[in-house]
Amino acid sequence: MKNLEIKRTNQTPEIILNAETGVFSFKGRSLPEDSAKFYQSVISWLDEYENNLNKQTQVIFELDYFNTASAKAIFSTIIKFDKLFKNGHTIKIDWLYDEDDEDMMELGKEYKELFKIDIELISKSE
Amino acid sequence: MITESPQFPDLVYKFHETIRPLDVKLIYEGEVNHEIMKVFTSLTEKELKAEEFKGQKKVFNIMVESLQNISKHSDSMSGDKKDNIGNGIFLISNNKEELTVVTGNIIKNDKKSFLNEKLTHINSLDKEELRAYYKEMLKVAKISNKGGAGLGFIDIARKTQNKLLFEFHDIDKEYSFFIISAKISKNK
Repeated sequence: MKNLEIKRTNQTPEIILNAETGVFSFKGRSLPEDSAKFYQSVISWLDEYENNLNKQTQVIFELDYFNTASAKAIFSTIIKFDKLFKNGHTIKIDWLYDEDDEDMMELGKEYKELFKIDIELISKSE
Repeated sequence: MITESPQFPDLVYKFHETIRPLDVKLIYEGEVNHEIMKVFTSLTEKELKAEEFKGQKKVFNIMVESLQNISKHSDSMSGDKKDNIGNGIFLISNNKEELTVVTGNIIKNDKKSFLNEKLTHINSLDKEELRAYYKEMLKVAKISNKGGAGLGFIDIARKTQNKLLFEFHDIDKEYSFFIISAKISKNK
């Protein structure tokens, strides 16, 4: 299965979904003009991955900002990961945030509370 | 054309004199689209870095949500609203004690009661309740190209930790002008 690789821009994150290693990363910031459209490729790719699972999957969110439209898209993405977890797949999410970005930590905490999948909140010190 | 107004150039001076003592740092009236949002947030990012104000990110956040509210949800009186493009007024007032972001845009009157209810409800919630409400809305809201005015206002309220001030000015039977302001207190 082909990897999904989206380059970072000033408004959109770098997204690398590696089907071979099972490592998925979302880095940067997210405020696309149309977030539903932007994240659709991720959702579609994950639908395909569901039928081509690696032995295990590790998801890394390392975002420094996202708007509320992206928050919803990210929620929909985590629903996919949570589904894989509930179906017995070995999958975990790392939620990285700058140590003095309380808001980003809070957002991670809120996602953590909404899902069964393990979302580990990890503070980064610069 | 402004030069055709009988009050020109006086009105330029009057306008300047009216807003000058109000700490208005940025005022924009016109089309609000994704490009405009990029320009203003980038401008503000730079200015706030210089000011060393710790709430930079919050301001950035509030600006994005406020501008996106205009671009997605403002209505056009001629009825030809394009996706993600709106018209409105946007201003930032900034001094040592606080920073306020104000937006104003036309809305169809059928949106008034929904907005009024939503914002009144948001204003009635404390920090924990806002957090719970945000989580609830995350679950319920569907992704659409509109993004959703629901989460945006909650997010602004959470970031500012102040009540959202809002008002509706009647224009005519069909339309009103909706003004909303979000205040960040710097010394909290």
